[in-house]
Amino acid sequence: MADRLSDFYTLPLDDWIEVVVKQWLVPNFRPAFQALEWPIDRVLDGLEATLLWLPFPVFVVVVPLIAWRVAGNRIAIFALSAVLFLDLLGIWRETMVTLSMIITAVAFCVIVGVPLGILAARSDRFAGLLRPVLDIMQTIPPFVYLVPIVMLFGVGIVPGVIATIIFALPPMIRLTNLGIRQVQAELVEAGLAFGATRRQLLFEIQIPLALRTIMAGLNQTLMLSLSMVVIAALIGAGGLGLTVFTGLGRLDIGRASLGGIGIVLLAILLDRVTQALGEGGQVTATGEKRTFKGLFKGLGKGRQGGSDSS
Amino acid sequence: MNAGIASHQKVSVEHLFKVFGADPEETIRRVQAGQAKDRIYADTHSVAAVADVSFGVDPGEIFVVMGLSGSGKSTLIRCLNRLIEPTQGRIRLGGEDVIAMDAEALRRLRAHKLSMVFQHFALFPHKTVVENVEFGLKVRGMAADERRDKALRALAQVGLEAYADVPPATLSGGMQQRVGLARGLAVDPEIMLMDEPFGALDPLIRRDMQDELLALQAQLHMTIIFITHDLHEALRIGDRIAIMKDGRFVQVGTPEEIVARPADDYVAAFTRDVDRGRVFRAGRLSREATVLSPGEDLEAARRRCAAPDVVALYRLDEAGRPLGLLACATLAAVGSGGLDDALDRDFPRVRADQELIELYGACARGQPIAVLDPEGRLQGVIDPLQVFALLAGGDAGSAAGDAPTSPAVARAPSPTRQA
Repeated sequence: MADRLSDFYTLPLDDWIEVVVKQWLVPNFRPAFQALEWPIDRVLDGLEATLLWLPFPVFVVVVPLIAWRVAGNRIAIFALSAVLFLDLLGIWRETMVTLSMIITAVAFCVIVGVPLGILAARSDRFAGLLRPVLDIMQTIPPFVYLVPIVMLFGVGIVPGVIATIIFALPPMIRLTNLGIRQVQAELVEAGLAFGATRRQLLFEIQIPLALRTIMAGLNQTLMLSLSMVVIAALIGAGGLGLTVFTGLGRLDIGRASLGGIGIVLLAILLDRVTQALGEGGQVTATGEKRTFKGLFKGLGKGRQGGSDSS
Repeated sequence: MNAGIASHQKVSVEHLFKVFGADPEETIRRVQAGQAKDRIYADTHSVAAVADVSFGVDPGEIFVVMGLSGSGKSTLIRCLNRLIEPTQGRIRLGGEDVIAMDAEALRRLRAHKLSMVFQHFALFPHKTVVENVEFGLKVRGMAADERRDKALRALAQVGLEAYADVPPATLSGGMQQRVGLARGLAVDPEIMLMDEPFGALDPLIRRDMQDELLALQAQLHMTIIFITHDLHEALRIGDRIAIMKDGRFVQVGTPEEIVARPADDYVAAFTRDVDRGRVFRAGRLSREATVLSPGEDLEAARRRCAAPDVVALYRLDEAGRPLGLLACATLAAVGSGGLDDALDRDFPRVRADQELIELYGACARGQPIAVLDPEGRLQGVIDPLQVFALLAGGDAGSAAGDAPTSPAVARAPSPTRQA
């Protein structure tokens, strides 16, 4: 009985993809892809080395201070508890490795995503081209692209970060685009009517007014990066993901839980702080205080205040 | 004539079109052929938001474009600085051909010669009041201290210097639009484009803002293009008014011309309920006064009164200010030394820019009304009977020097009149 197409013919799409990736993409483009690794590797190495080099008491002071300045008393207390607890669990080192991975991934998401979002906001054509790409990035399960990533980049922490970037990038682009498009048309007209260049329009009006939405995108990207931590460990990324992964391999429920707790604490802390950044949090005044510059100025003041009192 | 005008006019627009839709050429052709808007849309699915508009604005003039929503007035003003790209036509601002400009030249023009005030204020919510006002200067690349000084001066002009460092959202609507005005003033524009600037304000605040704009204009003598949907506002502040309908100018003229001689039924429908006492100004009725200079005596007064139509004369001081009114009828009873005693020092007086409505009280006294300039010098005299003649719908004022058809009307042909 032959009542379906596959009884006569099966489309060998899997073979075709294998041929394209193995015989065309990998041999021809491997060096190009590996060149991409270099900046990520530099940033990651530097960050990881710095975070591991910094003495623990620095974190005990600085992390709650940032949380207090940005998100208020409650989050500051939570931050202090989280830092102490993570160390108490003996997973501080893994946490720092994961944190440096996350920060690196998010940093590259911002570097790539914000400009792409700006371009998409300026050109409907570009936005139309980008949209299906983003849809695919968001719906395709990460396990699917782990294979070509390993083929192109090998195994290790940097390929893990690259997989994380692919997974976490779309909201950064989408929300940057959305934020800029949502800026009132009359405000853009006002900027143009006073002779602003495109660059001035972007930095004086569009980005500041889109900042809330862009920060929401950053928050989303950050959360997605954290959810990739364990998957990235599959291809050799270390840190908390590896703790979970080895726990899983040995059916060591204790280890796996430790890793999980670490990821959750990190996620809550980063989420609350970036959300508060987006909303302006405690920094209630308008003007520059709502911008990054204002935040760092504020931090500077806060830190000076702290050292005076100690 | 057009070429000659363009050289000294601040704004000159010739045969401007802006077509929204698929077939601009055909739409323009049909507009030129005089087809109606609905007919054109039915055939071409295109709308000529601005349809063959031509006008000129002199330096220091407030030119008001009045029209209902959908008349194309907001599109027109945005064509002037090319926020909306015109489809066809010529625009010259300050002698420069705006249509021919490349992006950079256009940007420089906007930054250095134009400014704009928006209906919904369009203040930047992330900047403080003074940063908003500084915006045009910052865009030009002016140093921070200098532009803050300049912005604070502009804020002082609208009475808001105390609010420099607050966010604009904390201010009331009227105050926010003052900030919008200050932002426009800070760049010392040659030409100010105002797109229904007071349209979003309460009636009382709107009136204050109109007064404020007129007071500022009296000092600054900018060239202003002012869009409104409110005829009363147009009449109050416009030196000349264009009535716009379906993308065309139906009539262009001074407020007094529009009210005295509406071009067609459409304009007449607007002007019907206009309070003529608020449109016409005292200056329109002002005639040359008969005066008695310092040092001139009773004899001179008697000689002047002998002339026909002279019923009274004003005794002036050294500066040209009237000391008092001397009615000719009383001259016979005056002794040679008592000229000053015979003066009526409490004579009625107005300024040339006062509305007729403010003259009613003075008219009630039956005496001639002295027209004074802001320094208190005598400019002319008004016969109270002429005030009522003008209110009753006559046009007595045209004798005061206004030609019945001003060049303004001749300059911008009204298509509907020829139809």
